[in-house]
Amino acid sequence: MNASTSAPKRKLKVATTSLAGCFGCHMSFLDIDERILDLIELIEFDRSPLTDIKHCSTDCDIGIIEGGVCNAENVHVLHEFRKNCKILIAIGACSINGGLPAQRNSLDIRDILAAVYAQPGRGVHIPNDPEIPLLLNEVHPLHEVVKIDYFLPGCPPSGDAIWKFLTDLLAGRTPSLGHGLIHFD
Amino acid sequence: MRTANSSGGGADEKGVIEGVLSRHGHDATRLMQILREVQEGLGWLSPSILTAIADGAKLPRARVEGVAGFYHFFHTEPLGRYRVLWSDNITDRMQGNADLMARMCKKLWLKAGNVSEDGLVSVDTTSCTGMCDQGPAILVNYRPITRMTPERVDKVVDLIRRQVPLAEWPAEFFLVEDNIRRKDALLSHDLAPGDALRALKSPQDVLEAVKASGLRGRGGAGFSTGQKWEFCRNAPGTGSSPAHYVVCNADEGEPGTFKDRVLLSSCADLVFEGMTIAGYVIGAKKGLVYLRGEYRYLMEPLNEVLQRRRAANLLGKSVLGQIGFDFDIEIHMGAGAYICGEETALLESLEGKRGVPRKRPPFPVTSGFLGQPTAVNNVETLAAAALIAAKGAAWYKTLGTAKSTGTKVLSISGDCARPGVYEYPYGVTVAQVLADCGARDTQACQIAGASGLCIAPAEFGRRIAFEDIPTGGSFMIFDNSRDMFEVARNFAHFFVHESCGFCTPCRVGTTLLKNGMDKIHEGHGGEYDINDIWRIIRTLKTASHCGLGQTAGNCVADTLQKFRPSYELRLNVHEFEPAFDLDKALSKMREVTGRDDPGAHFHIAHRKSKSGIGTKAGDEA
Amino acid sequence: MSNGQDTKSFFLDDEEIPFEEGQTIIQAALTAGKYIPHLCYHPEFKPHGSCKLCTVRIDSRTITTEDGQTVKIPGRAAASCTTPAQAEQHVESNTPELLDLRRTLVQMLLVEGNHFCPSCEKSGKCMLQGLAYDLGVMSPHFPQYFSKREVDATHPDVLLDFNRCILCELCVRASAEVDKKNVFSLSGRGNTKHLICNSESGKLGDTNLAATDKAANVCPVGVILHKRHGFEVPYGQRRFDTAPISDNPVQYAPVKEQV
Ligand SMILES: Cc1cc2nc3c(=O)[nH]c(=O)nc-3n(C[C@H](O)[C@H](O)[C@H](O)COP(=O)(O)O)c2cc1C
Ligand code: SF4
Ligand code: SF4
Ligand code: SF4
Ligand code: FES
Ligand code: FES
Repeated sequence: MNASTSAPKRKLKVATTSLAGCFGCHMSFLDIDERILDLIELIEFDRSPLTDIKHCSTDCDIGIIEGGVCNAENVHVLHEFRKNCKILIAIGACSINGGLPAQRNSLDIRDILAAVYAQPGRGVHIPNDPEIPLLLNEVHPLHEVVKIDYFLPGCPPSGDAIWKFLTDLLAGRTPSLGHGLIHFD
Repeated sequence: MRTANSSGGGADEKGVIEGVLSRHGHDATRLMQILREVQEGLGWLSPSILTAIADGAKLPRARVEGVAGFYHFFHTEPLGRYRVLWSDNITDRMQGNADLMARMCKKLWLKAGNVSEDGLVSVDTTSCTGMCDQGPAILVNYRPITRMTPERVDKVVDLIRRQVPLAEWPAEFFLVEDNIRRKDALLSHDLAPGDALRALKSPQDVLEAVKASGLRGRGGAGFSTGQKWEFCRNAPGTGSSPAHYVVCNADEGEPGTFKDRVLLSSCADLVFEGMTIAGYVIGAKKGLVYLRGEYRYLMEPLNEVLQRRRAANLLGKSVLGQIGFDFDIEIHMGAGAYICGEETALLESLEGKRGVPRKRPPFPVTSGFLGQPTAVNNVETLAAAALIAAKGAAWYKTLGTAKSTGTKVLSISGDCARPGVYEYPYGVTVAQVLADCGARDTQACQIAGASGLCIAPAEFGRRIAFEDIPTGGSFMIFDNSRDMFEVARNFAHFFVHESCGFCTPCRVGTTLLKNGMDKIHEGHGGEYDINDIWRIIRTLKTASHCGLGQTAGNCVADTLQKFRPSYELRLNVHEFEPAFDLDKALSKMREVTGRDDPGAHFHIAHRKSKSGIGTKAGDEA
Repeated sequence: MSNGQDTKSFFLDDEEIPFEEGQTIIQAALTAGKYIPHLCYHPEFKPHGSCKLCTVRIDSRTITTEDGQTVKIPGRAAASCTTPAQAEQHVESNTPELLDLRRTLVQMLLVEGNHFCPSCEKSGKCMLQGLAYDLGVMSPHFPQYFSKREVDATHPDVLLDFNRCILCELCVRASAEVDKKNVFSLSGRGNTKHLICNSESGKLGDTNLAATDKAANVCPVGVILHKRHGFEVPYGQRRFDTAPISDNPVQYAPVKEQV
């Protein structure tokens, strides 16, 4: 064994996506401001709204996902991330407990659609095109669908929280936020 | 008294309520009895009925509603005039109750858990009704019918359809057998009513005898009965009406136990005599029997025994002519709550409250019923105490082992030729018991009920005794054809139904444990879930407020250790499976869009994949 | 604290804590400035010990086995809010095992109810949230119940959002013990246990609750809320934005709502 004590030199591949989220967490990510330059020294982005790459490479190191799971497509994307990323991080309230979108769970999805697609005098026409992903009966957090390795709560988490979290992680430490950085809102 | 189905609505609501209230002196502490009797008269407890009872008993309405909402046998929604409840203990399952219930529901055009549209009948399940040796059993309007068969189901359905009043149903339906298979010192006692009382010396002498006998509680915890009585006797009554009380715990809710039912039907005098002796020792003038709602049918016979004893001056003023020895007994009915077997929850229930265990200290011996010193004892303990009072401590100590004197009455059910009640001196081995009841190819014994121990064959040499396997008396046998995972899953469901919901670990933990077991059952479980289950069990054990929560994980823990393959064979993958059924989660959308194309499904192929978390090939976004 | 009386003491995580006869462990600890997590405990009401967040271990022992190994035998676990303090007791609170237990309990409460903090008026001063932060609870871990619960807006001044009820019964106790009104009670049992209001309609508007009642100002989470007083303190200046819950042990349970 030739165990090296210094951090690996190669840049880590990071993929990100937004499922049933509001892109708030991605925006907050950009709030780490000029520190992003330090970050770019350590990582390269794979599939991400920031890069427009459409599918994860098979050898991603870290996947970061905002938003919960509300439809069939979300599930497929989440599976793709889990399959291709060594470490999967749920970021933001919605990914962790469903968040705002999950507040629909108190209603029956059939009733919601019936109300949304009711056309005066013409009944209810719910789109049934196979191209459109079906909605799940309920919105679920990510960890109910795949194993999630880390959670970074907040709505969205602050740039500082994201920075602390990622620097810990990239340095090989188990991330720990501490008072002021852990937020559920 | 009237059975519930005798009221076809339109009964004089006010009159019934007022009648019951005045019979109970508008006494708020008698709320349980008031609610039950009003319900027996009016069918269910509607919002206006609850308001009227609250006004009459001078209680906040929400308190009354809270009590009504706590007990399974109180109904705040209209229910069928015939209420059928299928006992759903694992032993009933093994005797095929699921198919029989399905048959009944089909014949009645009914879904389990629902009321028929005409309000005639409802069918549902309930926790063990204590008829495990003669199951599958049902309760119809809280009267037990045992040994259900397809033919019996059809007959019951027919009687319900024809709306025949319960009183006119064939008497043999309601036959409950004692099935006493082995008698020892207690069950073969030759005492006539009053013999033990006539043998009494001074209270102090009797107390010394009970202490010297080494008698320990038969209800589960095994506390020294003599010590309990002594603490209670020495504790002063308090407040404006100081008193001492004796309570007989006849809640017998532990799945698989029915020996207290048999003691009450075959040795009621001895039990009442034990209560009277306890009263004599601790200085109580009143004894209360807390009888589980499932044993409602025993109330009239027991009241007759009490009446007889009063007539013989074995109860009442100056018992046996002894001035100052006044003692009487009253029977209180429970209403479907296992937790009320826990002595402090029982006391709450006796006081007309929700059956939530109290915090301790103070203990019942100093602050029990109505805050007064109270000795709570199991039915069997009290019967044994009477025996000791009559025959002496020295004789009693010759039975059993050094640390566990006397005998134990076991309720034996499950896979054996002769289920029923067996009395043994303490120290008998599990193997001996199995041989006596004709058990073959035994894979496991669940001893002391759902909260007890699951014993594998390698341990059949162990003994029934406080120092080895303590038990309240439940003894369920499983042969090689049984699936021990399903046994544990049944018990996990039991604890969800019976958790009182007071404390966080048990209220939430029992549900999470059940969900974990169900997930494994449905083939979606993995190593991840097993880890979670251990975490939940630890939390239950460490943090729960009372014995129910503390032991709710026992059977899962035992079977995970001793019958692990029955879990492993169900684990589809060894990493992670969703918490819910993905494909089912699209069901409502498939319904409203009418779609059934591949994109409208999650294919389950990936479940078989080694990683368990990959998608199947060809899944597309 | 000790004013000459015969002060006894016990040990909390090896620190000596004085107490007066009749005090519970948590009372003595909080008085001495030592924080033990708690949700259902409130100094003004009878403790009832249901949340179990305050669980401690009492009198663990270390023994040496025959082969010379030291083994720790865990002491009994008990709710410190209902357990009387006793002289010379050794109480453990801040151990990895107990912190993990409390994390699990918080997670249980988070999945049982529907806690969407971003849209909750109590966020930032909610005891459950504050505890979760302090314990480092990063996710609810268990599958959400997503139970269907109601909102009751029938009262002119007070709103009830049952989605967030943790069943601590503080409002029940406050209404019974202080207000003498019995506005709240519990019904159901086990996982169907829920809070009810003292009226035939079941609605808060049909009870005699007043916004100034103790019961209306005691909820540690976001159930009993005052209408027209939401989100008054800006993000960043709320109670747990500025200091962790454990910082101020004597500033007990719920902060009084500004009415
Ligand atoms: C969840 C639970 C259920 C119990 N059920 C019963 C019961 O049905 N019958 C009983 O005698 N004791 C039961 N017990 C034990 C009682 O709390 C109490 O210890 C017993 O009645 C004391 O009587 P003994 O000393 O004669 O055994 C139960 C305890 C727990 C924690
Ligand atoms: S452990 Fe369960 S049954 Fe016992 S008090 Fe807690 S919730 Fe109730
Ligand atoms: S009550 Fe507390 S934990 Fe629940 S949503 Fe509100 S702030 Fe969050
Ligand atoms: S409403 Fe608030 S105070 Fe009342 S039980 Fe629920 S969480 Fe506790
Ligand atoms: S998308 Fe980030 S919190 Fe909802
Ligand atoms: S604070 Fe002690 S149990 Fe809730």
